[in-house]
Amino acid sequence: MAKVLVVTSGKGGVGKTTTTAALGAALAKAGQSVVLVDFDVGLRNLDLVMGAERRVVFDLINVIQGDANLAQALIKDKRVDTLSLLPASQTRDKDALTPEGVAKVIADLSKKFDWVICDSPAGIERGAQMAMHHADMAVIVTNPEVSSVRDSDRIIGMLDSTTEKAKAGEKMEKFLLITRYDPQRAARGDMLGTDDVLEILSIPLLGIIPESPDVLKASNVGAPVTIAEPESAPARAYTEAARRLMGEKVEVTIPTERKGLFDWLFRRRVA
Amino acid sequence: MTFLSSIFKRRSSAPVARDRLQILLAHERIAVGDGKDDLLAKLHREIMEVIKRHVAVDQDKVQIKMDRGAQCSVLEIDVEVPGLTDRPENAKKS
Ligand SMILES: Nc1ncnc2c1ncn2[C@@H]1O[C@H](COP(=O)(O)OP(=O)(O)OP(=O)(O)O)[C@@H](O)[C@H]1O
Ligand SMILES: [Mg+2]
Repeated sequence: MAKVLVVTSGKGGVGKTTTTAALGAALAKAGQSVVLVDFDVGLRNLDLVMGAERRVVFDLINVIQGDANLAQALIKDKRVDTLSLLPASQTRDKDALTPEGVAKVIADLSKKFDWVICDSPAGIERGAQMAMHHADMAVIVTNPEVSSVRDSDRIIGMLDSTTEKAKAGEKMEKFLLITRYDPQRAARGDMLGTDDVLEILSIPLLGIIPESPDVLKASNVGAPVTIAEPESAPARAYTEAARRLMGEKVEVTIPTERKGLFDWLFRRRVA
Repeated sequence: MTFLSSIFKRRSSAPVARDRLQILLAHERIAVGDGKDDLLAKLHREIMEVIKRHVAVDQDKVQIKMDRGAQCSVLEIDVEVPGLTDRPENAKKS
């Protein structure tokens, strides 16, 4: 039975899609079978970040409405063969995401894969709720910045109240992923510290992803950063986060001001 | 010198992004503009209709692949037609 993981944030543009692609690819490279599901109906982007945009035939809503079966809609990654994508619909109505339809798709995917990773749209409306509804665990993507932290807090509240797991009285596993962390601004004291964010949200830390041009480069060429630039600082941070998701104990490193190879010089334990 | 040339030798990623976007948007504008499918999607739909008119096809026996390109796109429809022959039949359009 698969782990169903939602990547969510409340606030838009914080790095959910980047994270879905990078974590998914890192897990797949570690031998896990992974499917990435794009829930951003009307504004799909995961296909672009994955470099699969030219190959989309069917989407999530086609599957829900029975126009296509899962095998037809899934797009296999050409670089990592245990990685697949189920694209979101670009033009169709959001209301087509019915709770029953989504439940069935997630259940079917759970039989085929080790990991089902749901890329949530921004906001707290229907799309975001559908993306989190069947999750066993959640990665909350947060930028070290006040409005992002506030929105994450709301999302954590929703994860603990509206999801299937919450309604069954079970505990949803939640992890904080701090992204777009800028070591220079942190050193200057102009950015919320990791400790501050952790203390406010009080959920376990999955990792800290530095702000990096490698992320942009990877999305330009249509590859998760963990495939395009596997040795870059953000890719290493994502790869370590993926190992933590698999239950390994890996110390979290705080990105430092030093550029390049010595990014990881300054290690310390958090949380 | 070697340092500089190694910087310049690296292929920049922006042109790749531009090419990818041009291809994608050319296809998407048609699709979203007048609410219709793009050519490839339309071909796919109509080819399937024709096939279904003649034989009962099992959804699970149909494989469709697309690759939308700038000069040329590929639509590959692979249908296992029951009964008549034992061989899967292949329709290919580009
Ligand atoms: N670590 C990073 N370093 C630099 N840029 C980043 C990083 N993470 C994300 N970005 C950039 O931030 C932008 C938004 O990222 P992304 O699309 O992943 O966010 P999102 O949360 O999925 O957005 P939306 O809410 O619109 O779905 C993109 O341009 C992406 O390249
Ligand atoms: Mg997104």
